[in-house]
Amino acid sequence: MSDINFQEVRVSTAKPWSWKEFFFQWEWLLVVVLLLVILVNSIISPYFLSLDTFINTPATFLDKGFIVFPMMLVIILGKIDISVASTAALSAVVMAVSYNAGLPMPLAILLCLGVATLGGAINGYLMVRFKELSFVIVTLSTMTIYRGIAYIILGDQAAGNFPAWFSFLGWGSILGLPVILVFFILAAVIFGLLLHRTSFGRVVFGMGNNTTACRYSAVNTDRVTLIVFTLAGLMAGVTAIFLTSRMGSTRPNVAMGYELEVIAMVALGGVSTNGGIGRIGGPILAVFIIGYLSYGMGLANLQAPVVLVVIGTLLITSVLAMRVRFRQKKKTSAV
Amino acid sequence: MKKGIIFLLVILMLVPVVMTFASGAQQGGTQRYAFVFKNTGNPYGEKQMGGFKDGIEEQGYEAILRAPDQPTAEAQIQIVEQLITQKVASIAITGNDFDALQPVLTKAMDQGIKVLSADSAVNPKSRMVHINQADSEKIGRTLIQAAYDMAGGSGEIAILSATSQASNQNLWIEWMKKELSQNPDKYANLKLVRVAYGDDLRDKSVSETEGLLQSYPNLKVIIAPTTVGIAAASRVITDKGLIGKVKVTGLGLPSEMAEYIKNGACPYMFLWNPIDVGYLTAYAATALVSGEITGAAGEKFTAGRLGEFEVVKAPDGGTEVLLGAPFKFDPSNIDEWKDVY
Repeated sequence: MSDINFQEVRVSTAKPWSWKEFFFQWEWLLVVVLLLVILVNSIISPYFLSLDTFINTPATFLDKGFIVFPMMLVIILGKIDISVASTAALSAVVMAVSYNAGLPMPLAILLCLGVATLGGAINGYLMVRFKELSFVIVTLSTMTIYRGIAYIILGDQAAGNFPAWFSFLGWGSILGLPVILVFFILAAVIFGLLLHRTSFGRVVFGMGNNTTACRYSAVNTDRVTLIVFTLAGLMAGVTAIFLTSRMGSTRPNVAMGYELEVIAMVALGGVSTNGGIGRIGGPILAVFIIGYLSYGMGLANLQAPVVLVVIGTLLITSVLAMRVRFRQKKKTSAV
Repeated sequence: MKKGIIFLLVILMLVPVVMTFASGAQQGGTQRYAFVFKNTGNPYGEKQMGGFKDGIEEQGYEAILRAPDQPTAEAQIQIVEQLITQKVASIAITGNDFDALQPVLTKAMDQGIKVLSADSAVNPKSRMVHINQADSEKIGRTLIQAAYDMAGGSGEIAILSATSQASNQNLWIEWMKKELSQNPDKYANLKLVRVAYGDDLRDKSVSETEGLLQSYPNLKVIIAPTTVGIAAASRVITDKGLIGKVKVTGLGLPSEMAEYIKNGACPYMFLWNPIDVGYLTAYAATALVSGEITGAAGEKFTAGRLGEFEVVKAPDGGTEVLLGAPFKFDPSNIDEWKDVY
């Protein structure tokens, strides 16, 4: 990527700091929503408001959170990847089956990541090689293919019997923080830097705004697409590892519907589905908003359909609010 | 922008600090008993939860009834986590997976919560006792004998089950296969062609039934050991005008199945009273919490209007409590039961 000069896209970064600008940001609205969620949860359930709950609850919803980062890149590109949940299921099944076939667990984990990465790379390759295929068609096809392969491998069975240490990933703590939260923070830092501090990140935003212009600016857009979708696969593999660790066993139908939850989190995080707009903080806040919201409503023993309706309502009102409040600011927020 | 990020992080870090100060008043009140079913929108599950609620409330405690929107272990794990946080006295669960709930249920037991499974078991390491509807062997064998009877002794039969990981259904199917293999002479002409999984979802059960009918045009009997499956299969048989040609039997709710038992799609079927399963579970849960039983074989406890029960060894290596024998529903008695459950 070093051969790319990206001066032109940087034009808008040179704006002076202003408090007014700073507080007029989508992320602040999300912070307010998150605080509201915490407040409402504390009112409806006496058990929510404790440091222990606050720190340990993320372990119950962060498994899918890892896919949020690459999905954000995909959506900034103006595309979408609905195959991630199937990729997670396939890689989880491969990990379990290969371990049960005698492969040492560390290697089985690497194999899981490898299969997932390959799955993502295939998506990217198909899109780059056959430009007439839309990203929806490609990932819709691989969504069914990957899960289909998982079913062929394992049929209607479950596979598990992992070594005891493997459950540490999903259930253990490091320095009082759940392991999964530590990894999530690590992933957040890496993707934050990648998106906002590297030329690669700028190219992704540039392509989301105008792919053609990018191509004429000597950017290898194919390579960027390939890398972004490969990252989506890789992170689906990370999700597979943590999900499997929490469940202690896996089946071909795990992670069902995760792709939609992840897309919802990214959209709530202020990433425009038209591409080109988004900041890493938004989706991270959205992960915690949706996570704490559904957990809190569960603590209050509300039934599952109520939770779904509330989350759907929150999503659509937020996105509408974003449209109204932030319409004029479209270009500047792409920094 | 840099300043902004730092500011945001500081605020985020302050949140938990403020919250620890704020967390003062909580808890108190009566003991709370939780029941987690497989998924929402399952009439059988609603009856079971209803029975559990009655059993808990008539003893003066509070019942919490929960079910995820999808019949998955992932969703149940999250619910159990929430119940642990609420410090309930006991969790009774109808498992969506035999093994996958072990980590979270072990965590619950480590925190002093009494854990038992009801209807669909979780593995012996994840529970203190299991509440079983009826002898699994008897259910499995009875259903094959019914299919034999309906098929007139020969022909193709298929099974339409719930999810492939539902431990109760799997156990019954195992016994069905044993009944077939242990009596090769009697069942020489009866052929089990396929076990299909409708996942206890209506639409999937309907399409699986249609798939069975298409793949096996000579199919004579569908055994559906699940209330969602048997209703879906009977509906398809009725809609396609196949009454008499293909017969359905299995385990069904009288209220849902009355129509099909009368029109002949399902000549007869079996079930125990799901309300009683929930009710018995409630009393087993309170007996565990009070220390009256620990889940060891040989212990006895009284379950309200149902009388005395004994904890016995279960075939899976754990212990269980059996409600009783399955009950047969046919055109002669369906009317008196269809309004009960």
